[in-house]
Amino acid sequence: MSILVNNRTKVVVQGLSGSQGRFHAARMKEYGTNIVAGVVPGKGGTEVDGTPVFDTMMEAVRKTGCNASIVYVPPAFAADSVMEAVDANLDLCVCITEGIPVKDMLKVKRMMKTGTSRTMLVGPNCPGVITPGECKMGIMPGEIHTPGTVGIISKSGTLTYEAVKQVSSFGFGQSTCIGIGGDPIIGLKYIDLLEMFEYDAQTEAVVLIGEIGGQAEVKAGEWIKQNFSKPVVSFIAGQTAPKGKRMGHAGAIISGGDDTAAAKMEALEKCGVHVVHSPADIGRKVAEVLGK
Amino acid sequence: MYLHEFQAKGLLRSYGVPVPDGGVASTASDALRVAKSLKGEKWVIKAQVHAGGRGKAGGVKVVSAYGDVYDEATQMLGMKLVTKQTGEEGKIVHRILVEKATDIRQEIYLSFLVDRDSEQHMIIASSEGGVEIEEVAKSNPAAIVKEHISPVLGLSQFTGRKIAKKIGLPSNLLNKFADIAERLYQCFVNHDAMMLEINPLVVTGESEIVCLDAKMTVDDNALFRHPKIEEMKDYGELEPQEVRASIFDLSYVSMEGNIGCMVNGAGLAMATMDIIKSFGGQPANFLDVGGGADVNKVREAFKIILTDPKVKVIFVNIFGGIVRCDLIAEGVLKASDEVPGDRHIVVRLDGTHVAEGRKILEEGAKAKGINIVTGDTMADAAQKAVELAKSEPHKRSVKK
Repeated sequence: MSILVNNRTKVVVQGLSGSQGRFHAARMKEYGTNIVAGVVPGKGGTEVDGTPVFDTMMEAVRKTGCNASIVYVPPAFAADSVMEAVDANLDLCVCITEGIPVKDMLKVKRMMKTGTSRTMLVGPNCPGVITPGECKMGIMPGEIHTPGTVGIISKSGTLTYEAVKQVSSFGFGQSTCIGIGGDPIIGLKYIDLLEMFEYDAQTEAVVLIGEIGGQAEVKAGEWIKQNFSKPVVSFIAGQTAPKGKRMGHAGAIISGGDDTAAAKMEALEKCGVHVVHSPADIGRKVAEVLGK
Repeated sequence: MYLHEFQAKGLLRSYGVPVPDGGVASTASDALRVAKSLKGEKWVIKAQVHAGGRGKAGGVKVVSAYGDVYDEATQMLGMKLVTKQTGEEGKIVHRILVEKATDIRQEIYLSFLVDRDSEQHMIIASSEGGVEIEEVAKSNPAAIVKEHISPVLGLSQFTGRKIAKKIGLPSNLLNKFADIAERLYQCFVNHDAMMLEINPLVVTGESEIVCLDAKMTVDDNALFRHPKIEEMKDYGELEPQEVRASIFDLSYVSMEGNIGCMVNGAGLAMATMDIIKSFGGQPANFLDVGGGADVNKVREAFKIILTDPKVKVIFVNIFGGIVRCDLIAEGVLKASDEVPGDRHIVVRLDGTHVAEGRKILEEGAKAKGINIVTGDTMADAAQKAVELAKSEPHKRSVKK
């Protein structure tokens, strides 16, 4: 088992003909991801590296039975692409695009909340989702991942790779790794994914990587305390970040006193989460809590 | 992106929101000209810097004679304003806003923001205006009223009236308040603002409602559809390194320490600063070279880091995903030509094409006769960087 994606996931790439879409679609195929279609408005009927391209998502679904999309569309049009995936009622939409205006994402979320679609969104501004050995939907380097029992949820891209590498180096593989994205308004959040990991028999522990800004980590901690039965290891990036400065990610900004790294670490610790202070200790801590 | 008060007020005025008559000035004689054209008997002079808490720091003065306008303007222009939000280094005042003084009967607080929790916009109001809302939240939380605004439906008049009632405005002002709130929201939402704060919004002696102050930030990601807003960007408010970084699409924030960092990815860049601290060192900056890092970007990043004279060590921490380690290695070698001999370079490469990258770095450094310290893991490299930063400066060059 695993969560979100597996070897039965049939993927459609939105923005397949762009340089990003084409490059990463090829990498995903190499990894073994089952890419069945592309959607590029105006380019229906063509092919990109052997993958058929459709004008609309509806057509792609009808002709190929795809159930998950990955979005590599430029920021000005990306929200519209996500809404098209939601409208087509896919199981999953992973949005890689960085730089989508917040107002556009607010509209996407209103549509998802008030409509009847079942589509779950990961991202935007994220590295994507990978179930090692089965399906890679994203831009992460596939080769550092190994199948296993540790679930990883993170706001960051490269810091997630760092965690994966450390966990692997201690002999633990990963069940599923999800980059939820560094934007203020995103799709699936920590709690949504923790809930899935709770019911996933393969997952024995979870690594939760957070950062300054917002309240998501604190809420996740409270939820873990009440509902989560597996050990959680956490690192919060930005312990040295100054107040009021945006640290790269649109959402990574300390605006009050309760969204600092220190406040989040304390809250998580109180909820029984194994918080590490140095990013170099993530792998070791996982090995420790799994007692192997 | 932050807007100055005078810029935000200009936008509000174009939406029919009442703001005091006024004009911006960058010299004392300009200020006098503005005051004379405004006429009246009393004026307010306000420093235009991107920081709150100006009043307490001497950045807001009320004067009642033309001579005082000139004198206060002379004093304020060029002064270093140190407020609660600027830090010790303060901000130099380059421009002032001269406004006709308003007859204040009551001060209210009103703001709009993006609420990450509910994933909607939010309007916040309080009967206690003129003080920081964070303080009201502590001292009298009951005085704060909040309502969600659906970005699809907008702000209805009835919501405006409801808020006005809750903060205790008299019946004759309910519609006026609701009208202004709706116009403010229109201005907020149409410009993709992340925050619009009116503190205070005042009721005048003649029962008019006027925005005395305006603080507005706009979503950087939405600037592509607001070219006029982008033109308002005041690069003078940024550190020189931040200006350079913005030109090359790098994300940079300066810090106090002496270890300059170049990292790919915002999360890893923050974690790199954290690990430096955990080994007893101090980072000089946050720098994310981004996913599209190539030889040129690495060179630019090095240049930006080196403009900070405090930097003793440059720490490169790359976990290649899209970014290829071999390209980073080439970039580091090229950039090392411009690094003064007494600065150390510590490099940690991992991920995509790491073997090639390490080889290029090792052979290149040997060929150039320079010493580039490498570490296999993030911890290993960070520890080396911290030790070097603490050591006495010595010649990095080991030319035969």
